[in-house]
Amino acid sequence: MMTWLQHFLDTLLETGRDVLPIAAIIIGFQLLVIRKPIAHPGKTLLGFINVLIGIAFFLEGLKMALFPLGELMATQLTAPEFLNIADSTAAADWRNYGWVYLFGACIGFATALAEPSLLAVATKAEEISGKAISALGLRIAVSFGVAIGIALGTFRIVTGTQLYFYIVTCYAVLIIQTLFAPKFIIGLAYDTGGVTTSTVTVPLVTALGLGLASTIPGRNSLLDGFGLISFACLFPIISVLGYAQLAEWRAKKRNSNHS
Amino acid sequence: MFRNNRLFRLIISSCLDLAPILAVVLVFQLAVIQQPIPNVAELIIGSLFVVLGLTFFMLGLEQSLFPIGESMANAFARKGSVFWLLLFAFCLGFGTTIAEPALIAITTKAADIAGGAHLIADNDAAKTDYALDLRLTVATSVGVAIVIGVLRILMGWPLHYFIIAGYFAVTVMTPFAPAEIIGIAYDSGGVTTSTITVPLVTALGIGLANSIKGRNPVTDGFGLIAFASLTPIIFVMAFGMLA
Repeated sequence: MMTWLQHFLDTLLETGRDVLPIAAIIIGFQLLVIRKPIAHPGKTLLGFINVLIGIAFFLEGLKMALFPLGELMATQLTAPEFLNIADSTAAADWRNYGWVYLFGACIGFATALAEPSLLAVATKAEEISGKAISALGLRIAVSFGVAIGIALGTFRIVTGTQLYFYIVTCYAVLIIQTLFAPKFIIGLAYDTGGVTTSTVTVPLVTALGLGLASTIPGRNSLLDGFGLISFACLFPIISVLGYAQLAEWRAKKRNSNHS
Repeated sequence: MFRNNRLFRLIISSCLDLAPILAVVLVFQLAVIQQPIPNVAELIIGSLFVVLGLTFFMLGLEQSLFPIGESMANAFARKGSVFWLLLFAFCLGFGTTIAEPALIAITTKAADIAGGAHLIADNDAAKTDYALDLRLTVATSVGVAIVIGVLRILMGWPLHYFIIAGYFAVTVMTPFAPAEIIGIAYDSGGVTTSTITVPLVTALGIGLANSIKGRNPVTDGFGLIAFASLTPIIFVMAFGMLA
């Protein structure tokens, strides 16, 4: 019990240290530049404390339950014995890694859905769009994107193909989508790309990438372990833009059917 | 009574948020890997913590981070001083990124790679310097990103020109950047935006778009985080080319 309390206090302190520069900037500008007291100081402080406690609990819970298990599973799934890889020719064949892709996709989907930053952006989007954008719909579209991104990212590590090639193809797809997508969704779609990968996704996905890179002969675990996160950032943009285009297209079709 | 209802709803929705992760982990562990769950008690307590954490976070979000971001945006818009607004934007981007734990982890790893590839001297002092320089580079790039993003909202420039130009820059720079830095550069774009920064920056953007005439919060308010995940890629590759 005491060690647990110690752990929790450590996490709380760590989170507090991360928040300190932000609090300093806000208070500094509020006092020196805006020169007006904060509207509801008590409520704001309480809210800050709630955010701090929330993040500390969240991280502590993840460290306790999900990270060890997730990392263990990532190593077990990428172990040569599990994958039934007897020699290096079998190891080089990308078809032997089916479970890895599936696990990558599932864990990508699930972690993106629980990501607190995405929750914040989706809630805000629903609020200001007058519920035209549904928070849950947005989060599911983003999670699909992350799932595809992680699955393709693990495929890239297995085949050892160039990261550059995939990224540039994504950029090309994104630019074309941007030109045709409804204008109101563009900013939001690009924002979701940045928020999907923070507290939950990064450690689990990194463990998967590193495990995979160390199993396959000829991969450098330091070099090839990177790159998964960039996939998880790009694909949600594609899926959110696609979702908006699909919604617009269906609405148009419905309208033309009626008239 | 209403407050209790809200809290209850938050707890329920936090449980629903966590359920998919638990389902994936349990199904894979029991059905695919076919191993028992190592620490059932810790798994249960940890999951409870995650649910509690999400609930507190959402509660605090509505009480502090969203209102403060918006009220500061309003105050700056009324004050009408572009200089102070941009300085605030830069400080917010720089200050929140420099202390980001995920960034510290990734720059330390990057220094190890650079040391191993003999880009820098393979000793601790050189690696610490390299990691710190990289962190400063990324933090500056996020500061610059928020400044550009705020300027864009003020001027009403369309977002996609910037994004396309950014992608173009990344595409052109990649073949010339050292191979060791490319993966790190691409990933650094994703790790810069933390759980506290995102709500604050989002509220700032939407607050600005709300208080300036002729701007639509949905069309113009988003996009700050998009810049914050694009500029680090460009800056880190430039850093790799110069270093």
